[in-house]
Amino acid sequence: MSEQQISREGQVRRALSALRRDPLALTGTLVLAVLVVVGVGGSWLAPSGINEVDVDVMLQPPSWAHPFGTDELGRDVLSRVMVAARVSLQVGLVSVGIALVVGVTLGLFAGYYRGWLDNVLMRCMDVLFAFPVLLLAVAIVAVLGPGLTTAMVAIGVVYTPIFARVTRAGVLSVREQVFVRAAVSVGASDLRIMRRHVLPNIAAPLIVQTSLSLAFAILSEAALSFLGLGVQPPDPAWGRMLFDGRGFVTEAWWLGFFPGAAIFVTVLAFNLVGDALRDVLDPRQLTVSEARRSTA
Amino acid sequence: MARFVIRRLLQSAVVLLGVTVVVFLLLQLVPGDPVRVALGTRFDPQTYEALRARAGLDQPLVVQYFDYLRRALTGDLGVSFRSGRPVTAIVLERLPATLSLAVTAVVFAMLIAFPLGIVSAIRSGSLVDHAARVFSQFGVSVPDFWMGIMGILLFSGVLGWLPPSGYVALTEDPGRWASHVALPAATVGLVTASILTRFIRSSMLEVLSEDYVRTAEAKGLRTRVVVLRHVLRNALIPVVTVVAVQLASLLGGVIVIEVLFAWPGIGRLTYDAVAARDYPVLQGAVLLVAALFLLVNLLVDVLYARLDPRITVK
Repeated sequence: MSEQQISREGQVRRALSALRRDPLALTGTLVLAVLVVVGVGGSWLAPSGINEVDVDVMLQPPSWAHPFGTDELGRDVLSRVMVAARVSLQVGLVSVGIALVVGVTLGLFAGYYRGWLDNVLMRCMDVLFAFPVLLLAVAIVAVLGPGLTTAMVAIGVVYTPIFARVTRAGVLSVREQVFVRAAVSVGASDLRIMRRHVLPNIAAPLIVQTSLSLAFAILSEAALSFLGLGVQPPDPAWGRMLFDGRGFVTEAWWLGFFPGAAIFVTVLAFNLVGDALRDVLDPRQLTVSEARRSTA
Repeated sequence: MARFVIRRLLQSAVVLLGVTVVVFLLLQLVPGDPVRVALGTRFDPQTYEALRARAGLDQPLVVQYFDYLRRALTGDLGVSFRSGRPVTAIVLERLPATLSLAVTAVVFAMLIAFPLGIVSAIRSGSLVDHAARVFSQFGVSVPDFWMGIMGILLFSGVLGWLPPSGYVALTEDPGRWASHVALPAATVGLVTASILTRFIRSSMLEVLSEDYVRTAEAKGLRTRVVVLRHVLRNALIPVVTVVAVQLASLLGGVIVIEVLFAWPGIGRLTYDAVAARDYPVLQGAVLLVAALFLLVNLLVDVLYARLDPRITVK
């Protein structure tokens, strides 16, 4: 077993034990586990159908029959909140997945080859960084047309520069290490060196960035849905439910409260886990996401 | 210093050029003919041809871009597909509303974040510190529009203290402006305050562990003097950047909050332009916001270099 492998396994062990020992991180992990279960099995677990209209129970406050109350069409809010969990998790995972794959690839090439390629790629990232996150996402969705897929692509695009920068910074320090020079001297190809030697050694900041970005991606999707640019009715999304419920907020508080609380708990859980991972894996990393947490 | 400023100016100019390319390409990404899409059921051949020619869409792409760039440099961002009015005028009209909301929110955030961040760092591990950390975690996790809805419910619906939405210009009636700006500014400000509190706390903690602080304490200086004279000065330099970046983001228009509170700023304009498929207005708003964002960042970097000369060397 190589030294690198031992150190990598050590990192994973440290991360897992940190998650177990930190009560906040443990709570976050448990909340995320519940969310995944609800997200995957929401349609089966929900007490009612998400589009079951019942005009006899319109705008009913929370009760045993409807723990989160009913909306203006008499639909069960709890069922809609549960099924909407899938949308949020899906958008979070797919959009961050896009940002991770594209950003890491660009950052790897920029940091490894440096020179003009680095300059061109990083200036492109600077351009994307010049837009407030939500504004750029709104503009992209506006031109491509609203919907779940375009929302995921838009969020993926706006979070790509963060991953490119984190990756590039890691590559710049790793590429000067002895083991990389050794791999070059034995004739390993650039792609192999990047894949086998560089990437695994910059995994820690990327894991941290991924967990924190998931939180912000979910917030961004909620904001897009709130503006009517994400999931389209009648499919439920937490942001959309907030938007639809805002007109009734003074007479039916539950329409505004429960979907928002679901977003808050999910984002908080990702942040708690992300913070704990950062403390263990990458304590010196600057909170880029926090600085980028645009309220635009 | 002069070389540093010139280098940053050149970098910003290159990025701004890239921003114009992205903004220009937005219109090209619209599936189909953007003018036809924008006109929808109001389609009439004469208006269609006039708008296409005015937007330069009958020219080759490269010609279109350089024409767009040339006009943008002279402050001409085209005309609205809907109203036919100049985009520059439409965007600039909305700036005061966004500016008043952004500045109020940042002042509100600073009033909370500075005392909270400083005290929580000085009394690290205390009850105040724990409260500050809970507050900052809450702020970075809570959706601002949810907090806004809950604010409307409490302060308008239950207590009846503040109007739920709307806008009155500061110059028109300062009292009514204050009552209208209070809820949206507090909503945005609380989120900004939580981010600032985190940065101030960590920046203070870093400086507090420096050797010169220990030396100052060893000399027998009182804690207040050490904090005011040695710690604050150095700890607050990086915070300048964060405050400015937050302000720049808010100048970009807090879209969701402006929509929620019917605040007629840049964010609301962007939203309306999207709904009406008024692409030139969307492009104009996005370009102006990105340019403002770059300008603020440039000014901050220069200010930062002045406050901390080591930056220019780096």
